[in-house]
Amino acid sequence: MSAPVVKAGGPDRAALVIGVLLGVLAAVIFWQTRAMPVTAQYARVGPTTAPYVLSGFLAVLAVGHVMAAFRHGVQEREADKVAPMLWIVGGLVAQMLLLKPLGFSIATGLLFACAAKAFGRGPLWLTVPLGIGLSLVVWLIFAGLLKLSLPAGPLESLIF
Amino acid sequence: MDTFALLAHGLAGALQPINLLYALIGVTLGTAVGVLPGIGPALTVALLLPVTYQFDPTASLIMFAGIYYGGMYGGSTTSILLNTPGESASIVTALEGNKMARKGRGGPALATAAIGSFVAGLIATIGLAFISPWMVKFALSLGPADYFALMVLAFVTVSAAFGDSALRGLTALAIGLTLGLVGIDLQTGQARLTFGMPDLLDGIEVTTLAVALFAVGEALKVAAQPMAEDKIEPVKGSVWMNAQDWARSWKAWLRGTAIGFPIGAMPAGGAEIGTFLSYSTEKALTKHPEEFGHGAIEGVAGPEAANNASAAGTLVPLLTLGLPTSATAAIMLAGFQQFGLQPGPLLFANNATLVWSLIASLLVANLMLLVLNLPLVGLWVRLLAIPKPWLYAGILAFATLGTIGANPSPFELGMLLAFGLLGYGLRRYDYPIAPVVVGLILGPLAEQQLRRALAISQGDPSVLVHSPVAIILYLIAATALLLPAYLRLRGKGKVLSQLAAEED
Repeated sequence: MSAPVVKAGGPDRAALVIGVLLGVLAAVIFWQTRAMPVTAQYARVGPTTAPYVLSGFLAVLAVGHVMAAFRHGVQEREADKVAPMLWIVGGLVAQMLLLKPLGFSIATGLLFACAAKAFGRGPLWLTVPLGIGLSLVVWLIFAGLLKLSLPAGPLESLIF
Repeated sequence: MDTFALLAHGLAGALQPINLLYALIGVTLGTAVGVLPGIGPALTVALLLPVTYQFDPTASLIMFAGIYYGGMYGGSTTSILLNTPGESASIVTALEGNKMARKGRGGPALATAAIGSFVAGLIATIGLAFISPWMVKFALSLGPADYFALMVLAFVTVSAAFGDSALRGLTALAIGLTLGLVGIDLQTGQARLTFGMPDLLDGIEVTTLAVALFAVGEALKVAAQPMAEDKIEPVKGSVWMNAQDWARSWKAWLRGTAIGFPIGAMPAGGAEIGTFLSYSTEKALTKHPEEFGHGAIEGVAGPEAANNASAAGTLVPLLTLGLPTSATAAIMLAGFQQFGLQPGPLLFANNATLVWSLIASLLVANLMLLVLNLPLVGLWVRLLAIPKPWLYAGILAFATLGTIGANPSPFELGMLLAFGLLGYGLRRYDYPIAPVVVGLILGPLAEQQLRRALAISQGDPSVLVHSPVAIILYLIAATALLLPAYLRLRGKGKVLSQLAAEED
C-alpha cells in the first residue's frame, strides 16, 4: 500500500466512518447488555461487566478515530477495483444459497469459477464444469474417506 | 525426571511411525503454504481443525506444529525468489535475499536461509524444552489476577507495541474481543450479543473467523488490486554455500537465534520484530557494510534464524501459560481446546507424554524441513508458478470446505462472507489481522480469569494489583503501549515501517 499523502481539505473520510461505526458498535453492545435479564449476583462482577468495559473501550477508540481523522486530514488511497470483488462475493453468496439444495460439488464449483473470473480467468462455460469436477473429487476425498459432513446433492448421490 | 529424560521419552513417542507420518505431512503442507503467497500457517491449521476432529490428539498437534515450523521455512523461499514475502515474518528476508537472487546468488541465499532456520529451530526447540519446566513452576505460582495481567500484556503487545499505529492495532483487538463475547456466558448461561439468533449461541467459530479473515479477506484484497506480474528469479548455479558464505553466516545464525528466541518466548507478540532487530544488528556488525542493500548474506542468515527461533519461542507461553502471542499460536490453542486440552502448567502434569512428544517431534520436523528445503527447493519454486486465478479459486474452495466441514449450514457460510468483508476492510485500511484472532480466543479466557479473581476478592477490584507479579506485568504492558508512541512522536517510529517499505 502506498504511503498516505496528506492533502488539505477536511477530515479523512474513511477514519471518520470507521470511528462512527465503532461508536455504533459500542452503543449496540451497551444497549444489548442493558437489556440482559440479570439475576441477583454473588459478586458484583457478572456477565455484564466485560461487555460494559468493552463498550467503553470501543467508545474511546471511536473518539480516537474521529480525532485522528481531523488531525491527519484526507489520505490518498489507491482505488480498489469493485468488479472482481463482486465476482468473489457473488460466488460466495451462490455457494451459500445452493449448498443445501444442490450439494457441495455444484455450489463450490460455482464459487471456484466465479473466483477464477474475478482474477480474469474464464470463460465460465469452461471453468464451471472444471470447478464442479474438482469439487466432486474433493468431496469424494473429504466426505468419502475422511468422513467430513459435506452436504450431498443430486450429483453426489448419483455417484455414491 | 529431569528434562533430558523427559525429552528422550518424548523422542521415543515422536519416532513412532504414525507421529513421524503426521510430522512429515505437517512440514510438507507447512512449506507449501509458506511458499504460496496469500496463505499462511494460521489459515492452514484453521482449515485442518474440522478435518482432524476425530484424529489422535498427539498426532494432530504434531502436524499443526509441523505446519507452523514449515511455514517459516517456506516463507523465506518466496521472499528470496519473488520479493513477495509469503508471510509477514519474512519481510526482512526479501530485502537482501531478493537482491542476492537477482545477482544470481539465489542458491546460497536459499541455503543460508534453510540452514539458518535449521540451526535456530534446533537451538530454540532445545531452549523450549529447558525453559518450559521452569516456566511451569512459575506459572503454578500465579493466581487469577496474575493471569489476567499476563493476558492484558499479551493483548497490548500483540496489538499495539510493534504495529505502526496503536489506534489501529487496539481497534483490531477490540473487534476480536467483541466477537469473543458473542454466545452463552459459560459461568451464568446468559446469552450475550446473540440478537436472538440461535446459531450464535455457541459463539463464533475460530475456524470461521480465521478462514474468513485470512483467506476470503486476502482474496478480495488481491483481486481488487491492479494485477502486477511477479517476476520469479530463477535459481542459478549451486545451492551450496562457499567457504566465505559459511564464515559470514554462522555468527549471524547464532545472533539471530539469540535475538529471536527470547522475543518469541516473552509474550512480546509476533515473529516480525525479531527479524527487524536481527537485520539491524547484522547491518551494524558487518565487515561488508557496502553490500547491505545489494545482497549481503548476513542480512538473510540473521533474520531467517531470528524468524524461526521466535516461532519456537512462541510455543513457550503457549504451552506453559496457555497464552497465544501470534495468530498461528492462537489457532493452535483452538486446536488444543478441540481435543479438550487446555495448555498451561497443568498440561505438563496431566498430559506429559503428549507435551514432550510434541516438543521432541519439533526436533524431528526441523530435520525433515532441512531435507525438504535444501535438495528439494526446486520443487517448491514450481508452486510459485501457479497462476493467480487458479490459486485463489482453490484457496476459496478449500476455505469454504473447512467452514462447511466444521458446521454445514448456510448461516456459517454467511458469517464467513461477512467476516471476509471485514477482513478486506481491515486490509484496505491497514489494520492488523492477528489481534482480531487473538482477541477472539484469548478474550473469553481473560474474562474468566478476571471474574475468578474478583469472585475471590468479593468484587474488590484492588485485588488486580495486589501481587508484585501483576504490577510488573502491567508496567511492562504500559511501557509496550507508551514507548512506541513516544518514539513515534520523536520521529523514530518510522524506522520499522521504513525497513519494510524501502524496497523498490
